Amino acid sequence: MLANLGYGALIIALMVCIYGIGAALYGVIREKNVWVNSARNAMLLTAPLITLSVVAIVILLIDGNYELDYVASVTSNSMPLYLKITALWGGQAGSLVFWSWLMSLFASAVTLRRWDRDREFLPWVIIIVLVTLTFFLCLNIFLENPFARLWQMSGGLIVKSMLPPSGAMLYMQSDGNGLNPLLRHFGMIFHPPMLYLGFVSFVIPFAFALAALITGRTDDRWIRITRRWTLVAWLFLSLGLVLGSRWAYDVLGWGGYWGWDAVEISALMPWLSGTAFLHSIIIQEKRNMLKQWNMALIILTYDLVIFATFLTRSGVLSSVHAFAQSAIGPLFFAFIALTFLVSIALLMHRWNDLKSDSHMTSLFSREALFLLNNLLFMGILVVCFWGVIFPLLSEVFTGQKVTVGPPYYKAASGPLFAGLLLLMGVAPLAAWGRSTYKTLGRAIWKPAIFAIIGIGWAIVEGVKNPWALLGFGLCALVTGVIVEEFWRGARARQRTKGENFVLALWRLAGRNRRRYGGYIIHLGVVFMALGIIGIELFQTNTQATIAQGEQITLDGYVLKYEKLSIFDTEDRRNIARAVVHVYKDGRFVQELYPRRDFYYESQQQMTIPGVRSTWEDDLYIILVEWEPVSAESATFKVFRNPLINWLWFGAIIFMLGALAAALPEKEGIVQIRQVKHSEYSTAKV
Amino acid sequence: MEESISIKDQSNPGNRLKFIIAGVLIVAAMIYLIVTSTKAGAQYFLTVDELSAKSTSLINRDIRISGAVLGDTIHYDTETFVLEFDIAHVPGDNNEIEAQGGLAAVLHAAVENPDLNTLHVVYSGVKPDLLRNEAQAIMSGRLGDDGIFYADELLLKCPSKYEEALPEQAES
Repeated sequence: MLANLGYGALIIALMVCIYGIGAALYGVIREKNVWVNSARNAMLLTAPLITLSVVAIVILLIDGNYELDYVASVTSNSMPLYLKITALWGGQAGSLVFWSWLMSLFASAVTLRRWDRDREFLPWVIIIVLVTLTFFLCLNIFLENPFARLWQMSGGLIVKSMLPPSGAMLYMQSDGNGLNPLLRHFGMIFHPPMLYLGFVSFVIPFAFALAALITGRTDDRWIRITRRWTLVAWLFLSLGLVLGSRWAYDVLGWGGYWGWDAVEISALMPWLSGTAFLHSIIIQEKRNMLKQWNMALIILTYDLVIFATFLTRSGVLSSVHAFAQSAIGPLFFAFIALTFLVSIALLMHRWNDLKSDSHMTSLFSREALFLLNNLLFMGILVVCFWGVIFPLLSEVFTGQKVTVGPPYYKAASGPLFAGLLLLMGVAPLAAWGRSTYKTLGRAIWKPAIFAIIGIGWAIVEGVKNPWALLGFGLCALVTGVIVEEFWRGARARQRTKGENFVLALWRLAGRNRRRYGGYIIHLGVVFMALGIIGIELFQTNTQATIAQGEQITLDGYVLKYEKLSIFDTEDRRNIARAVVHVYKDGRFVQELYPRRDFYYESQQQMTIPGVRSTWEDDLYIILVEWEPVSAESATFKVFRNPLINWLWFGAIIFMLGALAAALPEKEGIVQIRQVKHSEYSTAKV
Repeated sequence: MEESISIKDQSNPGNRLKFIIAGVLIVAAMIYLIVTSTKAGAQYFLTVDELSAKSTSLINRDIRISGAVLGDTIHYDTETFVLEFDIAHVPGDNNEIEAQGGLAAVLHAAVENPDLNTLHVVYSGVKPDLLRNEAQAIMSGRLGDDGIFYADELLLKCPSKYEEALPEQAES
């Protein structure tokens, strides 16, 4: 019953979408506002309808209605409640509904904004959002129906169908398959939703960009409307990526935080183009340049978002994340091709209107360095894209499938990331318009002292690796620049306004949140870079089989194997849990419990490391094997991951900076500038 | 103010050239980086059959290979952390796998069929949780002179459950 209700709600939502598209089109062609308003109401209606469907799925999941194929495939009786709820996005069908649901919520939020000054965008934004939503709803209704039931035919064959086939009996299992143990983690609560929120919210700036192209209102109004959306989308996407990374670090067993897996890369790609977009719209706002480029970037980002959803959900590439092969691949491909071609055609159509009257003058001006930043982000994007499609290309052209692995990605993207780090230091020092290497040289000497101190300190600490020294130097440089920016700004305020330093610092950042939020994000990136340098270049490990009471040593750590207990849990796991005492420089510091869980229902095991985390490093112990009955001896693998916690700490700083930048600014001054600007651009037309 | 500066400068051909040269240099450097990294990081994606057909020419090249794990052959030495097992041939092409009834069915058939080509694999490291009979092992490494595959990286997929419990033909 509930399943029918949920499915019915999806179908009605689809019809509402189609109506909305039609009404908006009719309204805009015939210039009848009534129809546009009706389309707007249709868009608002999708949210409660899809919400109903989502609620239905969640109730069915919690209740364990195993006659539903989806429920049986992603939940089981022994799963805790939170995992039953998160199973909504644990499989393909559910996660597509989840996607549509988030989309409808965002669409409603957009619909409810005040449209007085940009009424002409409204019907087109509605159409673009609803077309996207229609596509996802169609996937759910026709191909990946989470409400489809299982039926047993008279011959015994099990069939999946929404309606009962003739002569079939409802096939009711007493327990489900359960969620893959690898997904049974707290990361499951936040990682997929954050990633999806990021994906979905990038649809909004795309919709406005296309609306601007269609209506010919090619000033930067669309950017001003959507810049906070873009920041929010980017914040969620970043958060999703970092949470996934942390999850992998906790679960995958060797302390890996990023594996250059095809699915990880596909989620990284829209982030790369989105980050480039965030930077280059600043040039458009400040200098009225790069309009065509910004359009191209947001179109690219939108299609990369769809592509990423497709890759994670189609199983087209072999990857630890891809659980399923299904029929949705070709449809995704067709949708991406269609939206991309239409968008590019529109961009070509407006190409001349988007021509800028300003030109770059100096290679060392702020805008030129921003452009270089864009080039580097695009370079990394090309590296990723090339790596993902290379196996397909090589198969087509040489008949031999050749793949590229993590060494390729590291070698090709490493220098580009280093270049970005350098730019992060240099660009804030350059002036808009004109800036020569001389003025830049004068500005950089103070932060350069930071860099030299940083490198010197690393050498004293015993670092010899030249790449690490370069990395630490760049990190110190960027830190120096950021500190100087805050210092200079606050001092200037202190002088002119007579505020004390702390207040001046606070007001400075508060008055220009995007700029200073940006610096905080950069600082977060610096910390993350420290963590990455630490684990990539200085990770050490050892392994040994030892008897109880014996010990392993690694880099000043001594690990003593105390005992091991083996027991069953209520949720049908068998756990082998070792107790290891950790000594550092001869002093006892911590007791750790590396363990191995064996899931009876899926016959699958999962290794959970014992980890001691400090600012200096993580000591990461894995229980590999043990003597079955006596537990007399056990085998451990131990990793030391230097500086890794700076990666997580940096990520938190990063998010705080992004949050600060995304918060609404004090409107007053900005508003006046906006009006002046649009007057200026209309006057030109 | 800013606008007037840029308008004044816009018709400076030398300026434009400067940007074009800088851009071309940077793009060329990136292409060089991608090409050399591709060459260094390329791995041949092969099936067990393909490997046995042209084994001599592939010795000591980077190879990525996948096959069905034969459960009985798994041996793990906890003293030396050396893991050994055999894999049986499975087709590399997705369509071929689908035609034979999906990955689970293909893996099952591969393990049951004693006539298929097999490959002995040696890997040193921690034994992965998912390694078991009928799992799909995806490995990268090198083929030694002795005909043994030395894996540096070992990825496993167990398609028998999770989301694919239903055989494909049961889809309505």
